[in-house]
Amino acid sequence: MSKKINIQSRRQFIKTISAGTAIAATGIAGFPLIARAASPVKVGIVHPVTGWAQYSGSQCRFGAMMALEEINAAGGIKSLGGAMLEAVLGDAQSKAEVGAAEVEKFNEAGVSAIVGAYASNICLATTQAAAKHGIPHVVDVGVNDKIVGRGLENTFRFGPGFGIITKAGADSFLAINKAAGSPTKRVAIVHENTTGFGAGIAGLMTKALQPDGIDVVEVLPHPTPNKDFRNIALKLKEIDPDVVIPSHYYNEGVLFLRTLQRQKVQPKAIYSVLGGASSQYRFVKEFPEAAQYVIDCNHWFDPKNKDALAVRRKTEAAGKHFNYEVFLAYTAMKFTADAIERAGSADRGKITEAMAGSNWSGHIMPYGPTKMENGQNIGARPLVTQVQGDEIVVVSPSEYADTKAVFPRPA
Amino acid sequence: MDFFDFNLPSYGWSTVLGSAISGVFLGSIYALVALGLTLIYGVLHIINFAHGALLMLAMYAVYFLWQAFGIDPYLAMLIVVPGGFVFGYLLQRGVIGKASHGRDEIILLVTLGISIIIENAALFFFSATERSVRVPYDLDGFDLGVTFVVYPELAALGGSLLITFLLWLFMIKTDTGKAIRAVAKERQGARLVGINVDHIFAVCFGIGVACVAAAASLLVPTYAVHPQIGYLFVLIAFTVVVLGGMGSFVGALVGGFLIGIFEQLGRLYLGESLGVITISFIFILVLLFRPSGLFGKPAG
Repeated sequence: MSKKINIQSRRQFIKTISAGTAIAATGIAGFPLIARAASPVKVGIVHPVTGWAQYSGSQCRFGAMMALEEINAAGGIKSLGGAMLEAVLGDAQSKAEVGAAEVEKFNEAGVSAIVGAYASNICLATTQAAAKHGIPHVVDVGVNDKIVGRGLENTFRFGPGFGIITKAGADSFLAINKAAGSPTKRVAIVHENTTGFGAGIAGLMTKALQPDGIDVVEVLPHPTPNKDFRNIALKLKEIDPDVVIPSHYYNEGVLFLRTLQRQKVQPKAIYSVLGGASSQYRFVKEFPEAAQYVIDCNHWFDPKNKDALAVRRKTEAAGKHFNYEVFLAYTAMKFTADAIERAGSADRGKITEAMAGSNWSGHIMPYGPTKMENGQNIGARPLVTQVQGDEIVVVSPSEYADTKAVFPRPA
Repeated sequence: MDFFDFNLPSYGWSTVLGSAISGVFLGSIYALVALGLTLIYGVLHIINFAHGALLMLAMYAVYFLWQAFGIDPYLAMLIVVPGGFVFGYLLQRGVIGKASHGRDEIILLVTLGISIIIENAALFFFSATERSVRVPYDLDGFDLGVTFVVYPELAALGGSLLITFLLWLFMIKTDTGKAIRAVAKERQGARLVGINVDHIFAVCFGIGVACVAAAASLLVPTYAVHPQIGYLFVLIAFTVVVLGGMGSFVGALVGGFLIGIFEQLGRLYLGESLGVITISFIFILVLLFRPSGLFGKPAG
């Protein structure tokens, strides 16, 4: 009895195996595209999650991962049969050379694209390393215009660089100043000079303000990181400018504004261009007095976009602060996924082509039509915000403004 | 002001004086961090690479005591200083002493390893987010005319003076202090007269960490806490220890003030980035004329 059953089972087993093999063979031969498409597409995500920029780098990683998880949850890359995006994470340790080394690891891991790497100096190194291997690299935050100005065909930046930001910042400042009866005659610029973006902004801002008769009386550079701003506060006290224009990273932004507060340096306005802390909810929450009425021309999300507000809610629900690091890295990852979708391939060259010709519009930023010129999205632009009470409101340009700027600020 | 064809900026006397005074306050912070180091590095000749990581750990302890229980950072000293002593004692007795087998080069690697573990553990458990303590008096203070002094800065200055005095008193007046000095001078001889050298090493390390914990309490109202905060101070603290004379508390204090003042004046005239070369300049200058440091005793 049992023997018979065994024979039947064996026959059934052989039958099943044969049928299965035939189906599998048909599947492989008949639907080769689908079989290939199921394999995940690797994306390198590099940020400084340790070292002096670790907070901002971690925020960037959070934003990029949130976007990647959303894409996968929505069915992955449809043109590749629902291929999932697989994150390959790298830590630049806040050092350019380490960022470049991480790109070498990404290349060996076979990534199709890279998103990163926060600070300008790190982005300069990672994009160059990626160019050697033809890996498309989407810069999330790095604003130095040299990043996209070196003719590297693999390098793209969806957000604005400091050239676009400073022009918008200067135009808005002049408009706000004029609307207030032109009280500003003398300004001082305080900027970081380690990673390259601060010095660039200082130069452009000086040129932009002079034709309107505004004198840049002092330019005060400082390193990043910097542990003390008392000397700069003392210099500002002596110079007594009408407006102070700071450009630096978050930590320095907090320390600088707190030092001004402690040293009772009270210009008519603090008008930052990429001010680091000046338009950060976290700073407003922790140091509301120091943050009050600070104006900042910076990356900002579209406050009228429902998806942007949903991303903000999701970020805050995760216990994170919704700052530019988060929404820029989020957008960079979505732009990358869109390019892979358009390319219909995990091939680096095809993704690069798709990025170069992208007209992606499904983003959460207040940008004009997407158009890549030498890797820079020329539709990108910043907004001008001001801390008013416990909220950060948009004060310029008018189509996005929640309210008017308080300028000069109350004594 | 012209100096070798290099145009130095010209500032009013009030700015220069204000800068020098701010140098005193910055120097008091250097001195605070250096005091623990001079005991460990100067007396026991242990190059403690974990000093910055221990400072960071103590700052987190102060922060969490404030956040969880609302304990003022200065009152937290009553908890973190004894806690720091016990932690330092156990660290020396249980890890550094056992792993190093008394060899200096191994001690160096062990403390480096400890610093890597502490920093990465902090990153893992506390994340990279900077955490700031808000005390109700952090903007209160008084105007000196040339600069505004807030109470947390004054507390750091007073703290550095008080800790220096207490350490000096401890080393001069107590038997343990005398034993530490004996071990520093002649380890084998100290053992022969019945001093438990391993215990003294651990006590000394414990006091060093307790000093770091006191420094942490005084720093937290001014500086945000994050896993890398130790690096901001510890390299200069090493310079302060050598400049002041290894093992000299007064040297650490004076060295801290000197470096703080020169650094601030350097930053004022040479700019925030280039100005820090004045630290190296004053360091080389002092060691040229006093190789054992300002208050150090010549070898032999």
